[in-house]
Amino acid sequence: MGHYVARRLLQMIPVFIGSTLLVFLMMYALPGDPVRALAGEKGADPTQVAKLKAELGLDQPILVQYWNYLTGLFQGDFGTQIASRRPVADVIAESWPVTAQLAIFALVFTAVVGIGMGVVAGLKPNSVQDRTLLFITLLLVSIPSFVLGRMTQTFFAFQLGWVDPNVSLEENWYELLMPAAVLAALSLAYVARLTRTSVVENLRSDYIRTAVAKGLPRRRVVGVHLVRNSMIPVVTYLGADLGALMAGAVVTEGIFNIHGIGLTVFEALGKREGSTVVGIVSLIVIVYLIASLLVDLLYAVLDPRIRYA
Amino acid sequence: MPENTAVVNETTEPVKAEAAPAKDAGTGKPRSLWSDAWHDLRRSPLFITSAVLILVLLSMAVFPSLWTDGSPTEADLANKYLKKPEWGALFQPEWFGYDIQGRSVYNRVIYGARASITVGVMVTLIVTFLGTVIGMLAGYFGGILDTLLSRLTDIFFGIPFLLGALVILTAFEKRSVWVVILAISFLGWTSMARVARGAVIQVKQTDYILAAKALGASTFRILTRHVLPNALAPIIVVATTALGGYIATEATLSFLGVGLQEPLVSWGVDVAGAFRSIRNAPYVLIMPSVLVSITVLSFLMFGDAVRNALDPKLR
Repeated sequence: MGHYVARRLLQMIPVFIGSTLLVFLMMYALPGDPVRALAGEKGADPTQVAKLKAELGLDQPILVQYWNYLTGLFQGDFGTQIASRRPVADVIAESWPVTAQLAIFALVFTAVVGIGMGVVAGLKPNSVQDRTLLFITLLLVSIPSFVLGRMTQTFFAFQLGWVDPNVSLEENWYELLMPAAVLAALSLAYVARLTRTSVVENLRSDYIRTAVAKGLPRRRVVGVHLVRNSMIPVVTYLGADLGALMAGAVVTEGIFNIHGIGLTVFEALGKREGSTVVGIVSLIVIVYLIASLLVDLLYAVLDPRIRYA
Repeated sequence: MPENTAVVNETTEPVKAEAAPAKDAGTGKPRSLWSDAWHDLRRSPLFITSAVLILVLLSMAVFPSLWTDGSPTEADLANKYLKKPEWGALFQPEWFGYDIQGRSVYNRVIYGARASITVGVMVTLIVTFLGTVIGMLAGYFGGILDTLLSRLTDIFFGIPFLLGALVILTAFEKRSVWVVILAISFLGWTSMARVARGAVIQVKQTDYILAAKALGASTFRILTRHVLPNALAPIIVVATTALGGYIATEATLSFLGVGLQEPLVSWGVDVAGAFRSIRNAPYVLIMPSVLVSITVLSFLMFGDAVRNALDPKLR
């Protein structure tokens, strides 16, 4: 177990370096100059631009810049924003908790409702409840999340007046419930479909027949034998999805005006603030990598046949 | 499909298997996985519904003038600013009302099909090609090549898709359909590569590949004539299901302001623009959204139907 975790952690390093390098290259190799953008429309004095660039290290070759960035990152230094001169770490620390909260709400929502729907549908394949739930999931998948977000906002905030259209600056947890539900809609539908397929397949397996034959109560057959064994593809999906939910928050945060990392990235992109964008994307990559490691370790918990030596 | 007894197991039977007896058709002819799937598909209501819908959508994309005589860019701000829809005027420019510029929503919805469907279809083709080639090379040759290609896939997979696309697309001030297609494809091939790699590894271990090797077939011939056709089923399923998702992605990117741009007519552009008038004229938002949803739904149902027909486990 310890060996396995250590090996996986080592394997993460090249993936992490590769992903951040890729984002770094995309950010800096593409057109757009943050220093020039500072001066606005009038254009800047070339000597000043050169001085500022030298100060920020932006005049060096791209790979040297990346190396400096990476070594800084391992010392906990995310760099500074060019326009405001604020440390990027501060900016991230400010916006990170809201998005983390939003993504975790969405993940819990996805898991609870999605798995619940999937099990209910899968236990009776081709029944009315199965077809209804399949139809609902198809509908959820086919509506883009920004349309769903705007529509729930228009309906619940403007028409019914039950909630405020924007999340307040205090970011109370209950204000995040509706945005989290919107963010979760797509994943929820996929999880429900995955669970359903997995449950239907396992329903015909030998160990379920054995469990029924030896007279176990139905609750135990379904709860312990069927659902637990059907969770592997679902858990795999959920693990990969946490990072996607954080990235998908760009849309949700834009609609509900939540000041999380999504909005921060969006603003930073407009100003070509490379260090902010790369910092946030790197964090999401780390979240994704750790989540996928946890998922692999969960396999052994879910399926006793899987062992990590 | 319970009445169908002709089971062709894709993992144990080659495509042109002569072994699978077709009992129900009465023709006495053996059927391959593909003709068996086709036999199932023709009887599947899911497949027929989705195929008809897709044909309707494609006709909008290819021949928009069949559907409307009007133009999507003709604007009459003085007389038609946010004019309400006339639901009785079927297939007329005033059917779905007018937008904030006084343009016919119906005309725009029809003409918007081309850009949106082009993005969906082209991204699917590019992603399928790239992913299949990378996955096949990694899966068939294994060893160091597999390690390298798999890590490369991991690297691209680790980047959050939407954020990556945002980073690439904000760098372009003028974004044509091709810029959007290439940006989505650049980040989107990874899941296809993983599926293809898995399928190829399964096929690689079968006896007929060994037989082909023993007969002295070249690697290229083995890959193209034996491995690829037998690993194609899961790839096709993923491709058809993903197509709708790419159309939704284009719309999302337009909503974020980094997708397609005016004067190009696309559903994403219209949906993004419609938010300015969402409270006075929700139909300007709803009509293109409905078209996006119908398209995503059609391809999703199509993918489901194809999977049901190709996956022996679901029989």
